[in-house]
Amino acid sequence: MGRYVIRRLLQMIPVFIGSTFLIFLMVYALGDPVAAMFGERAPDPATAAQIRHDLYLDQPLWKQYPHYMGQIFQGNFGIAFNGRPVTELMAAAFPVTLRLTLIAVVIEMVVGIALGVFSGLRRGRSIDTTVLVLTLIVVSVPTFVSGYLLQFVFGVKLEWAAPTVAFETPLNEMLLPGLVLALVSLAYVTRLTRTSIAENARADYIRTAVAKGLPRRRVITRHLLRNSLIPVVTFIGTDIGALMGGAIVTERIFNIHGVGFQLYQGILRQNSPTVVGFVTILVLVFLIANLLVDLLYAVLDPRIRYA
Amino acid sequence: MPTAARVQRAVCLAGALALAATACGGGRGATGGSAVVSASWGDPQNPLEPANTNEVQGGKVLEMLLRGLKRYNPRTGAAENVLAEKIVTTDARHYTVRLRPGWTFSNGEPVTAKSFVDAWNYGALLTNKQKNAPFFQYIDGFEKVHPDKGAPTAKTLSGLSVKDDRTFTVTLNQKFSTWPDTLGYAAFMPLPQSFFRDHAGWLAQPVGNGPYRVDSYDKGTVLRMRKWTRYPGSDPARNGGIDLRVYTDTDTAYTDLQAGNLDVVDDIPASQLKNVRTDLGKRYINQPAGIIQTLAFPMYDPRWGRPGMEKVRRGLSMAIDREQITREIFQHTRTPATDWTSPVLGEKGGHKPGLCGEACVFAPAKARQLIKEGGGIPGGRLTIAYNADTGSHKDWVDAVCNSINNTLGNDRACVGNPVGTFADFRNKISARQMTGPFRSGWQMDYPLIQNFLQPLYYTNASSNDGKFSDPGFDALVNQANAAPDTRQAVALFQDAERILARKMPSIPLWYQNGSGGYTERVRNVTLNPFSVPVYNEITVG
Amino acid sequence: MPEPHVPKEAIGHGDGGTAALAIGEAESLERAHAAGPPPPGGAPTGRPRSLWSDAWHDLRRNPVFVLSALVIVFLVVIALWPQLIATGNPYRADLAKAQQGAAPGHPFGYDLQGRDVYTRVVYGARASITVGTCATAGAALLGSLLGGLAGFFGGWWDALLSRLADIFFGIPVLLGGLVFLSVVTSTTVWPVVGFIVLLGWPQVARIARGSVVTAKQNDYVQAARALGAGNGRMLLRHIAPNAVAPVIVVATIALGTYIALEATLSYLGAGLKPPTVSWGIDISAASTHIRNAPHMLLWPAGALSLTVLAFIMLGDAVRDALDPKLR
Repeated sequence: MGRYVIRRLLQMIPVFIGSTFLIFLMVYALGDPVAAMFGERAPDPATAAQIRHDLYLDQPLWKQYPHYMGQIFQGNFGIAFNGRPVTELMAAAFPVTLRLTLIAVVIEMVVGIALGVFSGLRRGRSIDTTVLVLTLIVVSVPTFVSGYLLQFVFGVKLEWAAPTVAFETPLNEMLLPGLVLALVSLAYVTRLTRTSIAENARADYIRTAVAKGLPRRRVITRHLLRNSLIPVVTFIGTDIGALMGGAIVTERIFNIHGVGFQLYQGILRQNSPTVVGFVTILVLVFLIANLLVDLLYAVLDPRIRYA
Repeated sequence: MPTAARVQRAVCLAGALALAATACGGGRGATGGSAVVSASWGDPQNPLEPANTNEVQGGKVLEMLLRGLKRYNPRTGAAENVLAEKIVTTDARHYTVRLRPGWTFSNGEPVTAKSFVDAWNYGALLTNKQKNAPFFQYIDGFEKVHPDKGAPTAKTLSGLSVKDDRTFTVTLNQKFSTWPDTLGYAAFMPLPQSFFRDHAGWLAQPVGNGPYRVDSYDKGTVLRMRKWTRYPGSDPARNGGIDLRVYTDTDTAYTDLQAGNLDVVDDIPASQLKNVRTDLGKRYINQPAGIIQTLAFPMYDPRWGRPGMEKVRRGLSMAIDREQITREIFQHTRTPATDWTSPVLGEKGGHKPGLCGEACVFAPAKARQLIKEGGGIPGGRLTIAYNADTGSHKDWVDAVCNSINNTLGNDRACVGNPVGTFADFRNKISARQMTGPFRSGWQMDYPLIQNFLQPLYYTNASSNDGKFSDPGFDALVNQANAAPDTRQAVALFQDAERILARKMPSIPLWYQNGSGGYTERVRNVTLNPFSVPVYNEITVG
Repeated sequence: MPEPHVPKEAIGHGDGGTAALAIGEAESLERAHAAGPPPPGGAPTGRPRSLWSDAWHDLRRNPVFVLSALVIVFLVVIALWPQLIATGNPYRADLAKAQQGAAPGHPFGYDLQGRDVYTRVVYGARASITVGTCATAGAALLGSLLGGLAGFFGGWWDALLSRLADIFFGIPVLLGGLVFLSVVTSTTVWPVVGFIVLLGWPQVARIARGSVVTAKQNDYVQAARALGAGNGRMLLRHIAPNAVAPVIVVATIALGTYIALEATLSYLGAGLKPPTVSWGIDISAASTHIRNAPHMLLWPAGALSLTVLAFIMLGDAVRDALDPKLR
């Protein structure tokens, strides 16, 4: 077990190098970012050249990347185009997004698994159909629309919730954005749980447990649910990183200055320090989340062991 | 629950009307001259240096923070003296600037001739990488501090010299009779010595001489401007301060305005234009701004630039139903364009409706005929390029294409061609890779007809993206710049503009309005010709 | 008091005929332990059918399957020949009618450009269904193949494939879309499909890997291994049927999200280029006008819902048919 974890942690090094290079290459492939800094006006060539020189952009790619990595190892993630250090942006953005993601994940787990269990145990009944319809709505209506509608109804019309999140990101104001962010994943978690539950409800060990006369509640939580959770846990593990980096729309709607927003700005302005810095951290989050998921497998299914 | 909330707000409103300092709306209930107004803002794209601020978000701050020799009247756009007592010349080349006494920065330092000369020298020097450096290009010695290639050979502009605390002289490298009227632009603002001594400190908390001072600046979230009580100018703040709050999206700001969390927005999102009149009623602002949208042609591409193609270009212009598009897509936040300037210039300033003539009027039959005579659309298909990342350009580009398609009776004649990022779009333009007309928007730097023509259509001018070149046009612009008075200059510029009407290097589409809105808590909200709210005039209660 | 629920569900499930189900169940009790000796009767031919042909036998008798298959066939037909049910022109724009509601001959109303929404929904099926099904199929196949291998073999295979998936996971959709599709100039749907597959496979792979890791532990798999079954046979006969359910679930929902993703890409200028018509493009164009013209969103989103519904039902039916325990 310990050796397995260490091996997995060591695997992060090649992934780190691979993903930084890939992202660096992609931002590089987008082209020269300097022209856009001048707005609709054509850039003054001398000033543009000076900016390129200072940002190391006048060097070939094979020099730019080692230069950038060298800086990273000195703790210098570079400067965003508005003059702020990327580390400062990350320090401001990651805690906010982390909170948003945690809320979304909790909603996914609690609501998604609960709905999945109910609809899985009552297949074909009205609750199952209702959940199916909700799934269809969530999948076919863009987050932009559902987010905007929820914000408008609850924030402006009913005044039950703050329409936008204050800069201090208090927990109660993050609930609505957390829900919006969780919506699509909720559909996945619900359907995955439902399927697993329906499948495992017929397994021999459940019949045994029921035949033994165990209370239904205990059968469901200890035997049925535990054995049904592996696909769900896997999905949530993959989803954490996606939620953190992909909250662009949700963060925009609710005015949250998080990772998605900064990443969006960084990509549109083709600022490689911002993009590579943020994505690097995101990949690390993925790796850790996946490691935790793999370790959870062994907890959920004792037959799985890691050498 | 919702009823209760509504009742509570009604009570708040009553309290506000009674000029009582209540605790409604999250503690922003104060009214009168000390109340703080919250306004929407976007993260400025550059550090807040005056000569480095080339977009409207940074411009909002500088408008509150700094005052220069001149300021453009928020209503008329006319350049009026502020710190300048007088700016005199005899030959339109050598200027003497005399400052008014009694002005200081908010840290107590007096504003002197040196404050201006140092700031301009800083802005012009290549190694400071100021994006507005080209604004100093008419001053003698610019090519030494800002060479096209290599390192600068001088640190200061030889054309600037301080005579005494209140006087400095400027020598231009060419005749430019309306040059003093350009001095309201942000790049020409004075700077205190602390800007040069402690640059990082100044950027963290900028110090200026305007009606507001910076109280605190949380980068990326909120900039708190407060009234500077000892402001000596004639336009002091009529409120206690402005909180500029960064919004990720104009839709979000609009929603916050509706919910009463935000007092002023200065950009109504395209998606709400249809509702804004019912949502805000009289609190919706829609007024002309110095912005014109055009479709520029790549004149460097022989398929578009060859002689005879002006018929096709004019024909395409006549195939666009501007009236209908500005009504249905823009909900009257744009006005169909009939010249290449902007209504904010006024007739005296050179705006001449109808100068474009029949070429800017929708006439399908004539359009078909002209396009046919000119040899048709090159390659049989027209693509209109635009950047997909900002603005809602897709909607109007599609509408323009549909108008052209309907005119030509061919569903596939014209399609939009989205380019992913603005940077990519600009790079393609700079690299002369455009193969068809492309979106081109121009926001004026200062309200002069010169600014709408010379940078855009003069041979090899800085923003001449289509690389249009016409000796007649260039000659008329040169004559206009040397003209002894504004009236003659304007007439010559309009003669130059008539050449554009014949050659149609870019199709004028519409004049863009500034749009905004505000809550019942505030009054006297207007936009200046640059579509920036006139913050200092906003009152509360 | 709490007792009867679970077993009852186990028997009484589903919408199929009880008789067919009863036979199926008897049959599959043996099949659940597929490693054991061949079942002694069950199948009418006397010769044991393979799991897959068994599944097909069940499916043809499942009304849910038949209905969803009919819907899908219908969608495919209008994707191929939209003019069968729509006589209008999806490009014809009359801006004077912008955002107007339903009118005679125009049951779904008009969009922002004054085009007929009904015609565009019909014509949009082709691009959307192509993107949705092909991208889903691609991502599901590639993902389950790589994920399955990683889960089955473990060790270095797992490390290599899983870390590769991690790197792909890290690519932001926006960045990838801008880069990938600015390089490709083709205006067909295939670059978009390829890109979605490229971004989509890691998620399927993770799910498939997790399922395979669990399925590998089952007694009958261990037994098969002990009996000397080859790797290929084990994967196909014993593990895949037991691991496929989560993949099907993820794939059927992903179908909908991929069609929506196409919309996002198009919106960013990186997806399908005009004059292609697609539900995604129309949905994203309608999104910003939800307050004053909801019908612009409703109909293309409804078409998307119907498609996803059909595939979810189909997926459910297929999964049930493949699940030995449900027999």
